[in-house]
Amino acid sequence: MKTALQIAADVQSGATSAADELDRTLGAIDARNEELNVFLHVDRDGARAMAHAVDAAVARGEQVGPLAGVPIAIKDNLCQRGIPTTCSSKILEGWRPPYSATVIDRLVAAGAVPVGKTNLDEFAMGSSTENSAYGPTRNPLDPSRVPGGSSGGSAAAVAANMTSISLGSDTGGSIRQPAALCGIVGVKPTYGLVSRYGMIAFSSSLDQIGPFSSTVADSALLLEVIAGHDPYDSTSLPEPAPSLVAHVDDGVAGKRIGLVKELYEGSSPAVIAAVMGAAEALREAGATIVELSIPELRLGLSAYYLIAPAEASSNLARYDGVRFGRRVDGEDVTAMMEATRTAGFGAEVKRRIMLGTYALSAGYYDAYYGQALKVRTLTVNAFARAYREVDVILGATTPDVAFSFGEKAADPMAMYLNDVFTIPTNLAGDPALSVPFGRGDHELPIGVQLLGPGRSEAQLFAAARVLEIADGRA
Amino acid sequence: MTTPLQRADVARVARLARLTLTDEELDLFTEQLGNVLEHANDMSALDLEGVEPTAHPFGLINVFRPDVVTPSLDRDEFLREAPDAESGRFAVPRILGEAP
Repeated sequence: MKTALQIAADVQSGATSAADELDRTLGAIDARNEELNVFLHVDRDGARAMAHAVDAAVARGEQVGPLAGVPIAIKDNLCQRGIPTTCSSKILEGWRPPYSATVIDRLVAAGAVPVGKTNLDEFAMGSSTENSAYGPTRNPLDPSRVPGGSSGGSAAAVAANMTSISLGSDTGGSIRQPAALCGIVGVKPTYGLVSRYGMIAFSSSLDQIGPFSSTVADSALLLEVIAGHDPYDSTSLPEPAPSLVAHVDDGVAGKRIGLVKELYEGSSPAVIAAVMGAAEALREAGATIVELSIPELRLGLSAYYLIAPAEASSNLARYDGVRFGRRVDGEDVTAMMEATRTAGFGAEVKRRIMLGTYALSAGYYDAYYGQALKVRTLTVNAFARAYREVDVILGATTPDVAFSFGEKAADPMAMYLNDVFTIPTNLAGDPALSVPFGRGDHELPIGVQLLGPGRSEAQLFAAARVLEIADGRA
Repeated sequence: MTTPLQRADVARVARLARLTLTDEELDLFTEQLGNVLEHANDMSALDLEGVEPTAHPFGLINVFRPDVVTPSLDRDEFLREAPDAESGRFAVPRILGEAP
């Protein structure tokens, strides 16, 4: 499987064509999509037209973009004009967005070829893709296991070599956790680095769009393309996209890396061994490893599972059968809304809406939501303190390798605990990524997590690249 | 920090959220949501007097742009995707009753 960097270089030089690369991707999708349920919709005609446009530009001798002719998979919570966008929910079945997300426009401007929309946990609520209204996605490395979630389809697209890169979104770990379980790279950028215009909102103070890829350099390239200020997103950071690909090989010499016990304790022995192995590899590359304890991070999970549902209960109020998606008739407008929401939402979405509504309701607001916002402050301050001592933090991405279908589905709290290491970063708004390192039970991949202060993506990619080389992946 | 979640609480919240629950769902959700809230109780033991709440990672500020007209999205394209539309507007079932 070629990397996105190789595909783009070959398309630009004429060694391959965007049309041929698209054919390879469509062939790979046709071979395994029925088994794995990665794509909910494949836009063959639209992708072909975009690929031909890239090839025509090359034929005219024009300079094409950094992702010229690179097929890419898109999580189905990102709007693409005229292409069915469901958020894996029945409530949006058949809806075709009248506009495209900023990230889609930037991809197309860079020459990339969006090939289709990938499966997710309904409204990005879940850690296994089992909550999709359109059936679960299977892990390409072991189809009896989950790919993780919520961006399970986008992670599986890359792990199954359907596309070299894909886009996901990460609210509490929804990019990093499936990346770890599928053995690929996944990045949650700094809050505000990537525009969310056209992304269907789950928890607005936490959501970020980010890349998946097989290699560290491809994620750096993809993030460079989609990052940068967007006037259509008032939470977008004011500056242009940072330079990332150029710094991938900067290394970690002289860097201080914090090994934080709250970010790996309680994991399986193989995961702990992988984290220790990663620390050793970084030390050999010239970093200083500093053992740290940040007890406040233990509270992150509790705060998150009040804050995120509270914001979701507000964001999902818009699904009322009036402006988009499905409507189930009722005798008056309230009955219509209630019938629409009852039929349109799945169990996990209903659980989170109710949890959030409860946490925000009169009499409980201070005890739950108010308390969670204060705990969030503790998390933010604790990270800030740690980053005065170290440049980067190292931990595990998940407590264990990919789990089996049904293993955690009946117990929401057991499922939520899978996000315990990824959630704290989202609360702080800082960037973090997962990079494969080592193998666990059944030879399944393990992801280690690298975290840094806001806008430190270049440094995280450089550290991830060291681990990629040490793990024998490049 | 608060009394355990009751079935009646869940029924009340479902009404607020415009969701209809079956008896079976009410039982299940009461147990499941109770478990999550119980986990959240580890925050109640903390003394957070004087800690400022954080609602947003970097603090939201007003964002302005120049007051110039820019192209808007197409109204008809939006209305085509609505469950029901009439005369350039979204259409909904009756909201008000007959005049007394």
